[in-house]
Amino acid sequence: MSTTVTPERVEQVVYGALESFGADPSEFSRTVTFEELDVDSLDLAELSQIAEEEFGVPLKGADVKGIRTVGDAIDLIVIRAQ
Amino acid sequence: MLVTGGSRGIGAACARALADDGWAVALTYRTSPGGAQETVREIEAAGGRATAIGLDVNDARAIPGALEEATAALGGTVLGLVNNAGVRADDLAVSIEDDAWETVLDTNLTAAFRLTRQALRGMVRARFGRIVNVASVVGPRANAGQANYAAAKAGLIGFTRTAATEVARRGVTINAVAPGFIRTDMTADVLQNGALEAIPARRAGEPEEVAACVRFLASDQAGYVTGTTLFVDGGLSA
Repeated sequence: MSTTVTPERVEQVVYGALESFGADPSEFSRTVTFEELDVDSLDLAELSQIAEEEFGVPLKGADVKGIRTVGDAIDLIVIRAQ
Repeated sequence: MLVTGGSRGIGAACARALADDGWAVALTYRTSPGGAQETVREIEAAGGRATAIGLDVNDARAIPGALEEATAALGGTVLGLVNNAGVRADDLAVSIEDDAWETVLDTNLTAAFRLTRQALRGMVRARFGRIVNVASVVGPRANAGQANYAAAKAGLIGFTRTAATEVARRGVTINAVAPGFIRTDMTADVLQNGALEAIPARRAGEPEEVAACVRFLASDQAGYVTGTTLFVDGGLSA
């Protein structure tokens, strides 16, 4: 799975997940924080699950606690997938 | 719907009641494959769908596989879970051996946590789920000789309340039932010791009476009921 992981693909999946959580797509960017998007800890747990299913990247609670922005999440998934 | 400890007693009654309510049911067994198969046959004879899965709930590594097996057998994500498997190892707190403490806590509490954690993954994604934990009147209420069991069941109720608040906005409910003295193999010795006199209803409960409550908590009608404990005890805790 990791051979097909590109930042663009990860961004697409992350944005799709955020939209499913009810976040406003017009606010999406790499610099926006999850707090600004009103994305909470349960949403991040679900995002971790989606990343694992889509890219085979297991993200534990401690990993997720360190991320603040959407870009942080995308970068973490891309790095873990390489 | 996955029902642990579904081969006999309250678990088997829950499996039958839930199947009667339209759930496809996977019931787990550890020591009684014959009982599990008998429950499956009863459900199928009544027109329901059921399958039996061997699982030692204390084997943490086996839990993801059991959920996968249930998903495959039921033809979709497991959207219901009844944590029913339980054991007793009674003694006074002053005499409980470490093994007896750990076994009771592992089976009655830790296994329920692990199964819930695993099942919640699919339920949260599906925006729907029903989890019912079979606790006990022992825990909220004292019962000398069962400190380990009481600790586990009180812990299960606390776990139920908090976990319920975490996933409520995803359409997932988590509740507990707290049976009193129910006529099963597990309580046969207790019921012979005059326990009935302490029960306002003056009788033991039947597994089907617990199952009816589980059936309600798992139903669509109970969608706004979460984090609560429904006592099924003939008034013992009133």
